[in-house]
Amino acid sequence: MTTEREFLISPGPHLWRGLSVSQIMYFVVIALMFPTGAAIYFFGYRALSVIGVSVATAVLTEYVCKKLRGQAFVMDGSAVVTGLLLGLILPPTIPLWMVAIGSIFSISIVKEAFGGLGHNIFNPALGARAFMTVSFSAQMTTWVLPMGFGADAVTSATPLSGVSDWQQFDPSAYQAMFMGNTAGSLGETSALLILIGGILLLGLGIINWRIPAVYIGMVALMAVALGQDPLFHILAGGLMLGAFFMATDYVTSPLTNRGKIIFSVALGVLTVIIRQLGGMPEGVCYSILFMNAITPLIDRYTKVRPYGLVERVESAS
Amino acid sequence: MNKLGVRLKKKGTPYGVKVPESKLTAKSPIERAPLPEKVIIPLHQNIGAPCEALVKRGDKVLTGQKIGDSEKYVNAPVHATISGEISGTTIVVNPPTAQPIEALVVTSDGADEWVELDVPKNPEALSVKEILDRIRGAGLVGLGGAAFPTHVKLSPPKGTKIDTVILNGCECEPYITSDHRVMLEYGEKVLSGLNIIRKVLSPDTIYIAIEDNKDDAIDHMEELIVAMGLKEDFKIIPLKSKYPMGAEKVLTKMILGREVPIGGLPLHIGVVVHNVSTAKAIHDAVFEGKPFIERVVTVTGAVKNPKNLLVRFGTPLRSLIDYCGGIEGKANEVVLGGPMMGFSQFDLDFPVIKGTNGVIVKESTPIREQDCISCGKCIEVCPMYLMPTVFPRYVKAGRYDACKEAYIDDCFECGACAYTCPANIPIVQYIKVAKRELTKRAANK
Ligand code: SF4
Ligand code: SF4
Repeated sequence: MTTEREFLISPGPHLWRGLSVSQIMYFVVIALMFPTGAAIYFFGYRALSVIGVSVATAVLTEYVCKKLRGQAFVMDGSAVVTGLLLGLILPPTIPLWMVAIGSIFSISIVKEAFGGLGHNIFNPALGARAFMTVSFSAQMTTWVLPMGFGADAVTSATPLSGVSDWQQFDPSAYQAMFMGNTAGSLGETSALLILIGGILLLGLGIINWRIPAVYIGMVALMAVALGQDPLFHILAGGLMLGAFFMATDYVTSPLTNRGKIIFSVALGVLTVIIRQLGGMPEGVCYSILFMNAITPLIDRYTKVRPYGLVERVESAS
Repeated sequence: MNKLGVRLKKKGTPYGVKVPESKLTAKSPIERAPLPEKVIIPLHQNIGAPCEALVKRGDKVLTGQKIGDSEKYVNAPVHATISGEISGTTIVVNPPTAQPIEALVVTSDGADEWVELDVPKNPEALSVKEILDRIRGAGLVGLGGAAFPTHVKLSPPKGTKIDTVILNGCECEPYITSDHRVMLEYGEKVLSGLNIIRKVLSPDTIYIAIEDNKDDAIDHMEELIVAMGLKEDFKIIPLKSKYPMGAEKVLTKMILGREVPIGGLPLHIGVVVHNVSTAKAIHDAVFEGKPFIERVVTVTGAVKNPKNLLVRFGTPLRSLIDYCGGIEGKANEVVLGGPMMGFSQFDLDFPVIKGTNGVIVKESTPIREQDCISCGKCIEVCPMYLMPTVFPRYVKAGRYDACKEAYIDDCFECGACAYTCPANIPIVQYIKVAKRELTKRAANK
């Protein structure tokens, strides 16, 4: 009966939830399909080619890096996520060779040079965007109105470009901003579809609600404190995409809930300050990168209090 | 709301994990497993000192006869679980400790002839000392898994006031249903045992904690409590099912809001937790004079007919699995205890011992460890509010002292962290390595 069988020994627990890193990554990819869809709808072939080049280059770079370092290449989906995110935060008219360079930079320098997934300090997509802003500043700040698949690109300012103008901003444009029918980075314009993707990840328990909620809430609060329109601040620029998909990156955000809240409050404050004072209209990218750098420090000071620390009992038996 | 109209609000915890329950045998009545032709009785089945053999090869023994005992206080004697002859000794390896243990082999004479049971004439009149002697004499240990001698747990050090007793009917491990069935089928004995515990410890309050995946047990126990006129004394606390709700430290926090100090025991905060099956065995030992020679074991997973079996200690795993119709499918692992905290055993000649509450046959899940992605999920679930993510990192770097500073002593190896880790890091394995190393270093000092 049961006799002739080899039995294995394995360490406990003998059950695993089964939600693996790559499953999580592919859920993020699925969630990102909503803003990607918006990008393609509003910016047509340009969106397809920028995002396509970005993703393909990211995966290829990851493959080459792993081979060069003599490690196994696992298609764990993280390179796809980075490639997608990078594509979504680039302007529609960016030359494709620049996209490729940015994508190579994100994977090889920002991620693999630090030791690969889990060891990187900065969000790879945002790191690449910062690098590209410095290297190709003209192309990185040329914005066009949505042209779909047919029309020609018409250069325009993004709602955020003139910091000093926004007091005169026309509120009737909110609907366009919410839907995504406005100038901006490919995947940042449609708050609605970012929200759908974000809610999907929240529902699956993949991202922690504290980060987007506190980050966005803090930005609104700061705007009110400065006497500006909070709705404008929330819908403009990369805040929605940043709050749901970048600030929530596991590797580069704090471990504990308390840490996450501190991180997000600081993000909100920084974003509005940079938008207010900085030469760059966009605060989200630099705030997140800055807070990524601070994350190890936050982790050090937000350790959880262990159970039973109340009073130490010396002799236990 | 049940028909008695008494139901306290369910308590739940944000910590821990939701595991698939897989309680295949929740509705299967307890069956008596056939008596084996021989039993293997390890001389060390409890936390504490091992027993010395009281019999030698060739001796005739009766069912329930004491065959191993020790002078040491923290020990529980062992008994022959069938009648027959001591046919020899052997060595078994109990997986948790990986230490070889000497064991006596009893070959059955087929008669199952019992020793004369010492039934007390007036059980109500027994003194605390007599009760404790009977419990020790019966060889009782805690049946929740740790196998700590029960008489020791019932004798708090002088000056320690026990104000609360919690009877633990949580059974939060997936698959296992032995406590569940004991509550349903031996509820009176469980409550009678609890009464004995009350007599020994005289606490102010007594709670019975049961998870809400056993609603029938909650109802049944409530009805019995009312019928036995104990409504004022025993309070049932229904808990939302979550692993590891049944851990002592989690229960004290959940029910009383008290935390057991790191490295301490519940009795340091005036609480004693006993398992429902232990309470039943206390009744058997004290009121019926029965030595502790059998228990309910859930045999489940990839076997043809999963069952709850009343099993004599020393019965080889193989015969239980065969009695349940044998293994089905590709299963290649046998786990003793629950899947979360149990240990795999490759040797099917290994016997059921006092701490065995389940035998789970399953397919082994390979571990593909990846780098930690700092998702923080292990921290969210740890019932001891630790940061499990640091332990693998420290162990790999050989920084054992850092593990200690991260309160590794607080971890009771529930496995919730490893269960949930997307990177599939065997965190508990690293924790065990670190604890072993730290113990070794402490001993060398
Ligand atoms: S660290 Fe220990 S107590 Fe915490 S979840 Fe992991 S095994 Fe359980
Ligand atoms: S759950 Fe695993 S991957 Fe996530 S932080 Fe903990 S150890 Fe790292």
